Amino acid sequence: MGEIPIAIEGLRKTYKGHLSLTSREVIRGLDLKIESAEVFGLLGQNGAGKTTTLKMILSLIFPDAGTIRIFGMDHKSVSIRKRIGFLPENPYFYEYLTGHEFLRFYGQLFGYGRSEREKRAARVLERVGLAGRGDLALRKYSKGMLQRIGMAQALINDPDLVILDEPMSGLDPIGRREFRDIILELKARGATVFFSSHILSDAEAVCDRVGILKDGRIEVSGRLSDLLSSKVKAWEVTFTGPRFEALVTNGLPGELISARGAESLVRVDGEPDLAKLLDAVRRAGGSLISVAGRRETLEDLYVREVSGR
Amino acid sequence: MKTLAMAANTFREAIRDRILYLLLAFAILMIGSSRLLSLLTVGAEEKIVKDIGLASISLFGVATAIFVGVGLVFKEIEKRTVYTLVSKPIGRSQFILGKYLGLVMVLAVNVAVMTFFFFALLLAKGWMDAGLTSAVVLIFVELLLVTAIAILFSSFSTPILSSLFTVTFYIIGHLSWGLLLLAEKVEGEAARFVCKLLYQLLPNLEALNVKGLVVHGRDVPLDQVLFASLYGVSYTVIVLVVSVIIFRRRDFL
Repeated sequence: MGEIPIAIEGLRKTYKGHLSLTSREVIRGLDLKIESAEVFGLLGQNGAGKTTTLKMILSLIFPDAGTIRIFGMDHKSVSIRKRIGFLPENPYFYEYLTGHEFLRFYGQLFGYGRSEREKRAARVLERVGLAGRGDLALRKYSKGMLQRIGMAQALINDPDLVILDEPMSGLDPIGRREFRDIILELKARGATVFFSSHILSDAEAVCDRVGILKDGRIEVSGRLSDLLSSKVKAWEVTFTGPRFEALVTNGLPGELISARGAESLVRVDGEPDLAKLLDAVRRAGGSLISVAGRRETLEDLYVREVSGR
Repeated sequence: MKTLAMAANTFREAIRDRILYLLLAFAILMIGSSRLLSLLTVGAEEKIVKDIGLASISLFGVATAIFVGVGLVFKEIEKRTVYTLVSKPIGRSQFILGKYLGLVMVLAVNVAVMTFFFFALLLAKGWMDAGLTSAVVLIFVELLLVTAIAILFSSFSTPILSSLFTVTFYIIGHLSWGLLLLAEKVEGEAARFVCKLLYQLLPNLEALNVKGLVVHGRDVPLDQVLFASLYGVSYTVIVLVVSVIIFRRRDFL
């Protein structure tokens, strides 16, 4: 491909109230570049402007200033949308259509002929785990099934760029796992995935890069491996025997996370403190169950960037 | 192709809505019952049956055009189906025209069904004449225009306001000839100019109404039907262009 899937420069958007009496600047000079065949997660609190950004990329709303180029073309170009798949947040579709009819209709919007539409509809239904449910009216679909059919319509054109707004919401754990697999499959076949999410574990599992949106700008962005420290940040020790409260009286460092029966889970910072704790447990006649090193997570980074803690 | 796909989907949406069948059934009932009503009026049976029949086709067509039309675009935005549609390779003008054509297809079927029952009744009584076809054609042209007006308002306003605006437009459209009379009566050049300007700007739906002539057995010349149709279709095209211009600039929040 070679072209940059999404290049955004100086993007601004202000929402105006009735008669323009009130206004709120949601996006304030956003710059962002999404590389080819990467999975990029746009993170941020509710109201940070994630959905607004996605909608501007897709020309559902128009920016007040700035440029958006998709594969080198202006984002308002109708033809560029042949290469894009989009799943909105909490999608709602024509409830009077069956899953098959719905996908065939969307296939027509890409100009596919009858047999091509049939083939693609069947394939994406299978891919999102709805094979055999295509003849059911969408009004009978559960929230999770609607999310799946939403993903199916986003994939019907084998897009080079897939834009997903909160794709995991409304899915059960199995559904989330399947969606993560779909995202990784898309990446494996060379597609670029750009998605917004506030479910950080999902973002951490699939993203090559993330960007955290705060106050209408990208506060921080980069590869997860660069952003998250690879050093062990803390140690979590599980042991049985002595009660932690009894150990701390001797000035032992650490923080009790949980205690269940004779079993305690304690967190300590740094290796010297770990050594002290292990020694104290041994001397008190306790038995060690596990010691786990804890690295910085995306959640830690997110909390640090968003709340400044 | 894409516009037709939109139109076919709009048509499918409407025909899967039971309200449409209720309206249609009611219209056919009205046409049928005109025979009963005509029995009450000695000597004017034929006129009453034709009058009620044409009025039913017109009114139920307008009701469908307005009440389905004002929700067409609004519902897509309100229910957020527009998000996935507009992000597909389809222009916003194709979207609006598709919605419009879909409803026009529904109205065509509606008018055809009502006309079938109406003409069947007239043929059975031997009251059929060619002028009635002209009246039905012009009713359909009027529906083309009213649907465009409903879509125009629906592209930027809520269904309730759009219904109100479209009904007002429809009523004004049938009374706009009064502006010419008013222009002759008012004092002052400016007022006369405003009356004439409004007359030119507002649609003259009476130009599409030959029901009175037909019911009284008068002929409607072909060139009158053609000219009125051309007027109605041209006005419709202008209204659709304005709808597209408004819709293309709209943010889907």
